[in-house]
Amino acid sequence: MAVLVLAEVNGAELSLDQTAKTVTAVASLGDVTVLCASSGCAGAAEAAAKIEGVAKVLCADDAAYGNGLAEPIADLIVSLAGDYDYIVAPATTDGKNILPRVAALLDVMVISEVTTIVSADTFERPIYAGNAIQTVQSSDAKKVMSIRTTGFEAAPETGSASVETINAVANPGLSEWVEDRVQTSDRPELTSAKIVVSGGRGVGSKENFAIIEQLADKLGAAVGASRAAVDSGYAPNDWQVGQTGKVVAPDLYIAIGISGAIQHLAGMKDSKVIVAINKDEEAPIFQVADYGLVADLFDAVPALNDALG
Amino acid sequence: MKVLVPVKRVIDYNVKVRVKADGGGVDLANVKMSMNPFDEIAVEEAIRLKEAGTVTEIIAVSIGVKQNQETLRTALAMGADRAILIIAADDVHTDIEPLAVAKLLKAVADEEQPGLILLGKQAIDNDMNATGQMLSALLGWSQATFASELSIDDNFATVTREVDGGLQTIKAKMPAIVTVDLRLNEPRYASLPNIMKAKRKQLDEKTPADLGVDITPRLTIIKTTEPSERKAGIIVADVAELIQKLKDEAGVL
Ligand SMILES: Cc1cc2nc3c(=O)[nH]c(=O)nc-3n(C[C@H](O)[C@H](O)[C@H](O)COP(=O)(O)OP(=O)(O)OC[C@H]3O[C@@H](n4cnc5c(N)ncnc54)[C@H](O)[C@@H]3O)c2cc1C
Ligand SMILES: Nc1ncnc2c1ncn2[C@@H]1O[C@H](COP(=O)(O)O)[C@@H](O)[C@H]1O
Repeated sequence: MAVLVLAEVNGAELSLDQTAKTVTAVASLGDVTVLCASSGCAGAAEAAAKIEGVAKVLCADDAAYGNGLAEPIADLIVSLAGDYDYIVAPATTDGKNILPRVAALLDVMVISEVTTIVSADTFERPIYAGNAIQTVQSSDAKKVMSIRTTGFEAAPETGSASVETINAVANPGLSEWVEDRVQTSDRPELTSAKIVVSGGRGVGSKENFAIIEQLADKLGAAVGASRAAVDSGYAPNDWQVGQTGKVVAPDLYIAIGISGAIQHLAGMKDSKVIVAINKDEEAPIFQVADYGLVADLFDAVPALNDALG
Repeated sequence: MKVLVPVKRVIDYNVKVRVKADGGGVDLANVKMSMNPFDEIAVEEAIRLKEAGTVTEIIAVSIGVKQNQETLRTALAMGADRAILIIAADDVHTDIEPLAVAKLLKAVADEEQPGLILLGKQAIDNDMNATGQMLSALLGWSQATFASELSIDDNFATVTREVDGGLQTIKAKMPAIVTVDLRLNEPRYASLPNIMKAKRKQLDEKTPADLGVDITPRLTIIKTTEPSERKAGIIVADVAELIQKLKDEAGVL
């Protein structure tokens, strides 16, 4: 069986973590070819070639692929699809934008956010914000699926696959990129960080969020947020953790001023250790926390910052 | 310009989901059902476009069981002009797959010729996040997913998208498919007079056979189980104890 993995490429850079975890997830299904589609993708392709378990890397270098637009990348994948039994990508916003389009063009169902590959045609995925796990068996000739990467270890960088340059296919020209407003930060990436410190509505303002960020920096952590904190403008959208935001599973997740709505839990309840700081002892977050601290966050967080030096 | 808004009837987002002990799925009998929250946002956006004069008619479409009438009446009470119900199942537990939904919606779009279709980014029951992208592929239209800002002119929908890295703005050629994210707007509540008025608005019923669409599922649900439960841990007395536990017991600091 042959597997095509769409690499996660941001700008011209490979997101090694997402891609290498996806490779681990699908390794049991067959020979893995990784597709890097971007503008100036040689570096990303070289990086992908080092992922252990990758047999071949395809590099499609074209301006049309530079901004992750779904229509041209879906057409490119469909042009390659004849050679593959599985078409897979990490369940990132790019993966979820592109794969359903590919699936419909191939007249197959897409299987989103796969957490376990049970067998060649059977997969597990969470539904209802992770409140149930569904096992589905696909009768489609080709399986198109996105992988929730949090449950997989990244394949090591010990491989040496060959890189093949492939041509772009005709751009349908249906949409145009205008701009990206990307936050750059020295902090680790939210989805791959070992520690995540998240703030909720309880933090109260954008200015107050500085104490959350300070704690994150002391711990070398990424910063997360609840939807309420993002909606209120305390934190940018790409920090949102939950059913409709990012899914994280760090070694340590610290939830501060977050009540623990099911939609938030959907994004963090697979963390190894959960800490909750909340002044309401009845807050549902305490039901999933390994360590709860019932306290005013404006006392507790500065005290933590001091204690951590 | 006509706009089509597909709305799904789902378990209310506030309801605690119960998985049936026999692995047969989630219990939906006697459970509060509502319009998928993302679809409320799509309806609201369509109404705002109509209020701004960009849109002339809003058609809400729902696919599922007879009871989806309620969901469509909600859309009509909010401000949709008419509704189409495609009855594709008789058991509320039957979920129609995004590929089949997209094919049915394509058939409706072929008949109605809308200039824009606004969908939710994700249904909160199956969490698929797929239908809009699939519909866009089947129609050969542009797609702009996860919209948090939208403006329309004759040629393009300019859409700001919420993506993993932050925000991306694209211009999607009209006719376009836009899937909406939570921060696009705050949906209105239907007023009592509008709820009364909605009862008299046109609601047509069809079947997949009327539209010539085969909805045979591609995925067989083998079983549905509860996720492993996390147990509550301990309450610590103060910051000092918290740090000590994280260092010595959990070993994560
Ligand atoms: C379709 C849909 C999708 C959603 N997706 C997501 C998602 O992806 N992610 C997400 O997070 N939410 C999501 N939500 C929203 C979710 O339902 C909750 O509304 C949200 O998570 C609440 O955020 P919060 O816990 O920060 O706010 P609140 O629920 O308001 O909780 C604030 C908490 O802070 C505590 N607090 C206040 N002041 C202090 C203080 N000084 N010290 C200590 N504690 C304090 C309070 O006791 C309270 O528990 C979604 C909702 C819907 C309908
Ligand atoms: N059965 C349905 N009836 C009407 N609209 C639907 C249905 N299923 C999905 N949709 C639309 O497609 C969006 C995404 O759903 P999904 O791809 O299932 O996550 C929803 O927010 C709706 O706008």
